[in-house]
Amino acid sequence: MNNNKNWIDQRFPLTKVWNEHLAEYYAPRNFNFWYFFGSLAILVLVLQLITGIFLTMHYKPDTVNAFASVEYIMRDVNWGWLIRYMHSTGASAFFIVIYMHMYRGLLYGSYKAPRELLWVLGMVLYIALMAEAFMGYVLPWGQMSYWGAQVIISLFGSVPFIGPDLLVWILGDYSVGDPALNRFFSLHVIALPLILVVLVFLHLVALHYVGSNNPDGVEIKETKNDKGIPKDGIPFHPYYTVKDIVAVVVFLMLFSAILFYAPALNGYFLEAANFVEANPLKTPEHIAPLWYLTPFYTILRAIPPILGSQFPGVLAMFAALLILVALPWLDRSKVKSVRYRSWPFKVALGIFVVSFVSLGWLGMQPVISPEWYLSLASAIGIETETALYLLLARLFTVCYFGFFVLMPFYTSIGKTKQVPQRVTE
Amino acid sequence: MKKTINITALLIAIFISSTGFASSNVHLDAADTDISNKQSLQNGAKLFMNYCSGCHSLGLMRYNRFVEDLGIPEKAVANNLMFSGEKTGELIKSPISEKESANWFGATPPDLSLVSRYKGTDWIYTFLRSFYDDESKPYGVNNHIFESVAMPDILWKLREDSSEQEFNNEVRDIVNFLDYVGEPAKLIRGSIGTKVIGFLFILLILAYLLKREYWKDVKYGKWRVKN
Repeated sequence: MNNNKNWIDQRFPLTKVWNEHLAEYYAPRNFNFWYFFGSLAILVLVLQLITGIFLTMHYKPDTVNAFASVEYIMRDVNWGWLIRYMHSTGASAFFIVIYMHMYRGLLYGSYKAPRELLWVLGMVLYIALMAEAFMGYVLPWGQMSYWGAQVIISLFGSVPFIGPDLLVWILGDYSVGDPALNRFFSLHVIALPLILVVLVFLHLVALHYVGSNNPDGVEIKETKNDKGIPKDGIPFHPYYTVKDIVAVVVFLMLFSAILFYAPALNGYFLEAANFVEANPLKTPEHIAPLWYLTPFYTILRAIPPILGSQFPGVLAMFAALLILVALPWLDRSKVKSVRYRSWPFKVALGIFVVSFVSLGWLGMQPVISPEWYLSLASAIGIETETALYLLLARLFTVCYFGFFVLMPFYTSIGKTKQVPQRVTE
Repeated sequence: MKKTINITALLIAIFISSTGFASSNVHLDAADTDISNKQSLQNGAKLFMNYCSGCHSLGLMRYNRFVEDLGIPEKAVANNLMFSGEKTGELIKSPISEKESANWFGATPPDLSLVSRYKGTDWIYTFLRSFYDDESKPYGVNNHIFESVAMPDILWKLREDSSEQEFNNEVRDIVNFLDYVGEPAKLIRGSIGTKVIGFLFILLILAYLLKREYWKDVKYGKWRVKN
């Protein structure tokens, strides 16, 4: 055994890599609930890659057969239904895990120096993941696949001057059709997964270089013992590997509960309208992307067209994504963790969370106002030219951007608490 | 930590409880089907083959699949439920052509393989029981939840020959069968899920004990907090 290890170590840095990234990678001892989601994200990625490989063996990327081939997987392929449901549930699970992971970063200031690049890599990952999910959703070629793609891709057509040409270049046709389905399939099964895996690797390299942040926002590397080991660090393996296994099992139990008892989750994970084959001649009465894209979809809808062009809305949607990247440079606070932050930050974070969730919810609503609003409005005699949901969408869009734009101001006012030298339990 | 978990749970609860989808204001009766009831599924299959399959296909379903899943003898199906000389491995296609049926009815009768998934069982149950007499329509009937539907009231004889209770049960069996056809895996996924989660529960106990054993090092052993 030892001989084999030596033989390999002379030719490949196996022991070195193992030690640097697991056995002698010192993570803060005070990780809490929020620190499970990084490992879980990797678990879901692997799950998606493996189930994806098996789905690709049976799926047909062409407009005549795509829809039927997915149902063929659900019916005639042995255990095909299980693999397909794992993949569809996995897509939503991926975003739940990623949103929790990102929220953790906001809570404890994990994006602040020296972790700016770690955050930027994470944001690029998030955007790549959204593209991956969008392309994947087109593949079953149901009504929502088709019309969702039609709506999202048409946004590129609103770019001034080059829009129409850009659209044809993207689609390989004048509308969403067989060429688009083929290229989305190619991007979904090889290009984007490859980018995701490489980015995850870089994300981990950056993380292990700067070291993990923690709920106190204390840099554990600043207090080392005489062996050069952080006093508040413990080896990632075995302590966090065994702890993460517990989280993995709990996650798999929740995942299985949805997968086996409610795989469509009342339309949130698989939309009913997507069980109708794509029909370019029949527009569904209500088109909405799946829940994980709806906050940005709402921002798109909230911006009124200017000079008859939807382009400002498109710009706002992409700006909403890109502004996340700038976060490390917008935050002026000397303190990382919410535990020691001043009250203006806590208020802003609360408003941001409410806005983001509300934007997501609004993106699933039809544009019409609810009954109670209309009757209330007519009772007090005001005109309801602008629908309630549109007003709310605009309000929360302003709050969303306000969180970032005003950050340099509210993070430099208010009294922060004294950050301890060492982590607290 | 407890507080953050509570807040998260609350957010998730708000998210799940909001019925976010465009719903028409039509009242639907609860179909109350039970997919584990084999007898109901068998009766539903029989009724579907006799009343519906003349016009509607189940183009994603094979005869021998439901024969096997519902425990009906293949001979019985071949002799009593297959009317135009198909083989049992074939997909359930209606014998009429799409073009002709569009001519006859004004619309091609839709394939019903997935109707339970996009319309929902309650909708089908209510639809089949909502025909009423309307002399202005070609078939003399109309439907409360599907205005001017191009389908005759195919179950009228069944309704006339049975009590309301009996008729509702027959319709429920058809809906149950369509629910099964929409997702054959529904027959087994629940019971597999229970086993999987049971296994994971045992694994959880073991994983927790393993974690607790290792973390003794962190709490009291060589990795405890030192100054």
